Amino acid sequence: MSVPTRPQGAPTPLPPLPLPRSPGSQRGKSPKKKRVNESVRTWRTTDRIGYGMMWAAGLLLCAIGIGILAFMAFKGLQYLRPDLIFTHPTPEVDQSKSGGFLDPLIGTVLITLIGITVATPIAVGAATWIVEYGRPTWLARLIDSGIEIIAGTPDIVIALFGLVLFQQGIFGWMSFTAAGGAVFGRSFLTAGAMMSLIALPMVFAATREGLQSIPAHVREASYALGKTKAATIRRVLLPSVKANISTGAALGMGRIAGDTAIIVVLLGASLTLDPQGNVPGLNVLKGTGGTLTSYVYNNSPAGEGNAPQKAYAAAFVLLLIVLALNFAVDLIARSGAKTGLETSRLGAR
Amino acid sequence: MLDRLREPWTDRRAGLLLGALACSVLAIIVFMIAFVAVKAWPSFSHNGLSWFSSKGNVDQQLDAMVNSGPNPGTADYQLGAWPLIYATLLTTGFATFFGLIFSLFSAIFIVEFAPEPIRRLIVPIVRLLAAIPSVVYGLIGILVLAPFVGDSIISAQQKSSVQFVIPLSGTGLLVASLVLTVMITPIMIAITVDGLHSIPRAWKEGALALGVNRWRAMWTVTVRAARPAIIAGAVLATARALGEAIMISMVAGSKGFSPNPLDGVTFLFEPIRTLAATVVEDAESVNAPAMQASLYAMALVLLVGAFFLSLGSWIAKQPLKKYGTRS
Repeated sequence: MSVPTRPQGAPTPLPPLPLPRSPGSQRGKSPKKKRVNESVRTWRTTDRIGYGMMWAAGLLLCAIGIGILAFMAFKGLQYLRPDLIFTHPTPEVDQSKSGGFLDPLIGTVLITLIGITVATPIAVGAATWIVEYGRPTWLARLIDSGIEIIAGTPDIVIALFGLVLFQQGIFGWMSFTAAGGAVFGRSFLTAGAMMSLIALPMVFAATREGLQSIPAHVREASYALGKTKAATIRRVLLPSVKANISTGAALGMGRIAGDTAIIVVLLGASLTLDPQGNVPGLNVLKGTGGTLTSYVYNNSPAGEGNAPQKAYAAAFVLLLIVLALNFAVDLIARSGAKTGLETSRLGAR
Repeated sequence: MLDRLREPWTDRRAGLLLGALACSVLAIIVFMIAFVAVKAWPSFSHNGLSWFSSKGNVDQQLDAMVNSGPNPGTADYQLGAWPLIYATLLTTGFATFFGLIFSLFSAIFIVEFAPEPIRRLIVPIVRLLAAIPSVVYGLIGILVLAPFVGDSIISAQQKSSVQFVIPLSGTGLLVASLVLTVMITPIMIAITVDGLHSIPRAWKEGALALGVNRWRAMWTVTVRAARPAIIAGAVLATARALGEAIMISMVAGSKGFSPNPLDGVTFLFEPIRTLAATVVEDAESVNAPAMQASLYAMALVLLVGAFFLSLGSWIAKQPLKKYGTRS
């Protein structure tokens, strides 16, 4: 009786697996690419369909983006003349005489500045309160959801709300008041105040994100030096989230500059700036006007002007402004982004 | 008084001031709902639930309101807003449906499969698409897409088949839905990418270790686990689509018309006008009381719709919290 060299039933050793050859041995082909091609061919049909659709979607997305940008750049450079930017618009049927869009350009700058000036303190204050105080908790949670609701409210609803709000008598100083006491409600001040609601969620989200990422020991070190909480917020926390606030503000400004509905309803969307009253400076703010967005809207075939070439030129300038603001976001917040698609960066919340 | 202001701020005062700023947000929301609802009330009270139904030509009703003078009677308030609501549902529905498919595949591509050079290109593109103002989308839609659809896609036979009901010119449901899809895609992609990133990598690696291929691991593990984020993104983007006014008013043909699905393909080319577009187009005549009430009523419908979509997005996101990663 011979002693079996191996006990019965023990698993026989598997034949050696055909190991993939090490990538280096494959005649200069990139190892990763080789592996993908091989495996996709062996996949099930459904998987291959999904994989193909994914590539199609990604490439289509690239094509749409590049297409829009190239088209607008082509049309913009074709029709944009320096004198368009520096001449006042005039209502003329003959397009060679209707001037440029200096006034809408000033309007865009004004409305953006007013909007962000109103939005930033409120948003930063609210974010600071939520992160640093946040008691009672239910109130903090309510305010958080409130800002989400504002972010989701259509701009046209905000515009109509602004119209009824600023037609109340106590806001008469912000816009033109007729002889009978009826408040007009449309002016740069009122439109800018409502525009702040568009920018507010973005500044809020960016500030809150920044404050939450400050480690607790920074605050504790400040307290240990005898600083009060208020002093800590002012001297330590807010300076260190300056970049976040600027990011949010730049995004918010881009959103304000690109908004049309509030301009059409609350600013009158007129061609030129129409100052009201006789106080220099304030008269422009109290008056109605237009911005680049309303200029494009009115000069498109859907509006009264119908001058597509000027619409293209103005849209190109508008696009440049918005892209510059987004570029600023990248410059300010170069670090810290994992994907570059953080929702706070898209203003999507 | 001035001396007190110059003192260093106490914690309590700072807390109260910041808290007041934060609460002003709630005050704004309360005021918004209250003001819009009060202004909208006459329209609802004169129409009752038939406000939401279809009765007669909505364009004629709105025109009558403009001309009804300062003291309109019940007859002047008559409005059946169904064509506008129907148009809103159609554009929003189409855009959300196609946007969801498109953005889901794009997000998987960005997160997992895109080669590095393409990823470096596609991320700025998504942000570009999110940043483009709606009026620029509208301009491209009305000057490029609508003429193309009107001249090359709609056949003469289709035009003549409905010419006694509605003239077809290219602007309409199809162009509006297409442009709207492109507009809401970036938000969906961003939220989906966020959600896919928040799923622990080990889960997918476990699936890979079991021998499934990379697509199947992604599709059956990561995408399935990130479903709440995907749905939340879709719902949030739906809210955007619901409130889009300017672009739709430029490319949708601006007719209070209900496209008839029985028309076959022609259905897609028929002009429409959504609630938001109606508000922005008729805002000039907001001083006529009947018109004012009707416009605020439409705004209230949009506001309530957006509110429930925000709520829906929040509810949809809840299951993600249990993974213990960032929400």
